[in-house]
Amino acid sequence: MYTLTGLELKNPTILAAGVLGTTGASLCRVAREGGAGAVVTKSIGPAPKTGHINPSMVRLDCGFLNAMGLPNPSYPGFLQELEFAKNNSAVPVIASIFGGTPSEFAEVAEGLLPANPDAFELNVSCPHAEGYGAAVGSNPCLVEAVTAAVKDVVNVPVWVKLTPNVADIKSIGTAAESGGADAVVAINTLKGMAIDIESGYPVLGNRSGGLSGKAVKPVAIKCVYDLYTALEIPVIGVGGVSSWEDAAEMLMAGAAAVQIGSAVYDRVDIFSEIGTGIEAFLTRKGYSDIKKIIGLAHEMI
Amino acid sequence: MLPLNAIITQITEETPLVRTFFFDHRFEDMEPGQFVMVWIRGVDEIPMGLSRNNSITVQKVGEATSKLFELKEGDSFGLRGPFGKGFTLPVRGEKVLVIAGGVGAAPLSPYAEAAFAAGAEVHTILGARSAEDLLFEGRFEALGKIYISTDDGSKGVKGFVTDVLKNLDVAAYDRIAVCGPEIMMASVFRLFEELQVLEKAEFSLHRYFKCGIGICGACCIDKSGLRVCKDGPVFSGVQLIGSELGNYSRDASGRRVKI
Ligand SMILES: Cc1cc2nc3c(=O)[nH]c(=O)nc-3n(C[C@H](O)[C@H](O)[C@H](O)COP(=O)(O)OP(=O)(O)OC[C@H]3O[C@@H](n4cnc5c(N)ncnc54)[C@H](O)[C@@H]3O)c2cc1C
Ligand SMILES: Cc1cc2nc3c(=O)[nH]c(=O)nc-3n(C[C@H](O)[C@H](O)[C@H](O)COP(=O)(O)O)c2cc1C
Ligand code: FES
Repeated sequence: MYTLTGLELKNPTILAAGVLGTTGASLCRVAREGGAGAVVTKSIGPAPKTGHINPSMVRLDCGFLNAMGLPNPSYPGFLQELEFAKNNSAVPVIASIFGGTPSEFAEVAEGLLPANPDAFELNVSCPHAEGYGAAVGSNPCLVEAVTAAVKDVVNVPVWVKLTPNVADIKSIGTAAESGGADAVVAINTLKGMAIDIESGYPVLGNRSGGLSGKAVKPVAIKCVYDLYTALEIPVIGVGGVSSWEDAAEMLMAGAAAVQIGSAVYDRVDIFSEIGTGIEAFLTRKGYSDIKKIIGLAHEMI
Repeated sequence: MLPLNAIITQITEETPLVRTFFFDHRFEDMEPGQFVMVWIRGVDEIPMGLSRNNSITVQKVGEATSKLFELKEGDSFGLRGPFGKGFTLPVRGEKVLVIAGGVGAAPLSPYAEAAFAAGAEVHTILGARSAEDLLFEGRFEALGKIYISTDDGSKGVKGFVTDVLKNLDVAAYDRIAVCGPEIMMASVFRLFEELQVLEKAEFSLHRYFKCGIGICGACCIDKSGLRVCKDGPVFSGVQLIGSELGNYSRDASGRRVKI
């Protein structure tokens, strides 16, 4: 067992927000069959949204591009899914939420409380939803206010998910910490785009979107490394993790746990594979505990 | 992969509402039942079953399919795929029953042909609203026995495919492949559940697809959480026991909608 902001995880791998998180049953499948230590839901907002038109996701040689556009059934529509996940997944279920203002964030968090999520993750980092996500997350004052507003209405841990599309991610992380965040999650996708040269059309329905997968791992490692130095609260690493080696690297950069998104493309049980891989690695290297490798790279100067 | 540029080489009028678009690319390794994501540039990208390794067969229902119907030979669309899991092919000597309703005949005709080529005996139940809406009647007829049902009785049995099915000895078949409107598939499913033959039946499901590649989670079904785009679209009857089939699906926002 492994403790993260007070939550008990059987391993340090967590399903990232927006991936296989639309339904309760799907979250349960990732927990049970996939072996995730915890799961995060799709980001849920104040009103139903259908998202951007397709294509909303394509695979590139180096990773994936997506512009889903935060599709979600709104918090009343999601309650039954969250309840199902809570009752059947047997792992902590973290509700990812978004809004355009501190009061919208608080409204969504309060609206989901009846389903008893184990924590909230605030999405202030989606790069392709106007007025939401990164539009909030690149403004430190707003990040602090949003965090404080949610902390005011809930008594479970609050994680804040940061965007790498800013000049200084540390200042945003610090703002989240000042607002009372229990952890930060880094990173969301990087702004990206692909163009079909046969027709000249941008490929994504929204024209541009966010890059995830292998290509973003070095960016994520650097963000986690920097945040680890700047903050007291735990940093949860996400971006491009698709093997236990990637996860170990993320931990050494300073991540207290690792989220996995795009790599479910390869196989849903990537979580148990990475969990087992890390265990074996710790044993092989003689580390008594996972804590021995968290932030290890900072000591090697 | 980025969408490949597929140039339309031929367009065939199949029924008043259905056209086949042949394109200049062959998906040589396609499994019958697999689908492609068809990108009508500037409009939308939608899933379509492959009706041959170089064609899709489309029913005009809304914005994207209407735009597709405006395209001419020589025009192009984007194509990604083939994706998902197709129907299980029979082995030589097996008896296969194909149950196709409406445009559901599109992915089933290459299946029936592949089953025939593998040495199976292929029987088909083909249903449609009326005689003029019957899709690929000739393709199925060329393989073996065909039973027809139409809602208005203009050809074959008046009624649904289940009305034909009730009078067949289902136990005589080794494999059964089903694709059509969800209401139809749900009643076939219930009949097979009663007859206890679900383990030899496969159903091709429809759900709202966003990514189409198994990452986003938009197409997951209850209670298994399986993804229609990647773990399906073809599922065995056993996988669908106690599922949402015939009860509800989800729209683009993830909200449940009654079937
Ligand atoms: C695996 C699969 C295979 C299919 N194969 C065929 C086929 O061979 N021939 C055929 O005519 N149709 C097929 N369809 C259905 C086809 O995808 C929809 O009819 C089409 O998307 C309608 O688009 P539209 O913009 O014209 O209609 P809209 O007006 O946008 O929608 C009409 C209905 O089409 C469905 N639909 C729309 N967009 C999507 C989407 N992104 N994913 C899934 N469903 C959608 C919804 O049920 C919607 O209510 C298949 C669907 C799936 C899931
Ligand atoms: C299809 C898709 C949908 C996503 N939706 C969300 C979302 O709703 N909320 C969110 O905070 N992040 C969302 N993300 C970002 C991921 O949670 C993650 O931060 C990012 O993909 C990097 O991790 P990865 O490389 O492991 O995928 C989404 C990513 C993908 C690929
Ligand atoms: S459509 Fe994205 S997982 Fe199936």
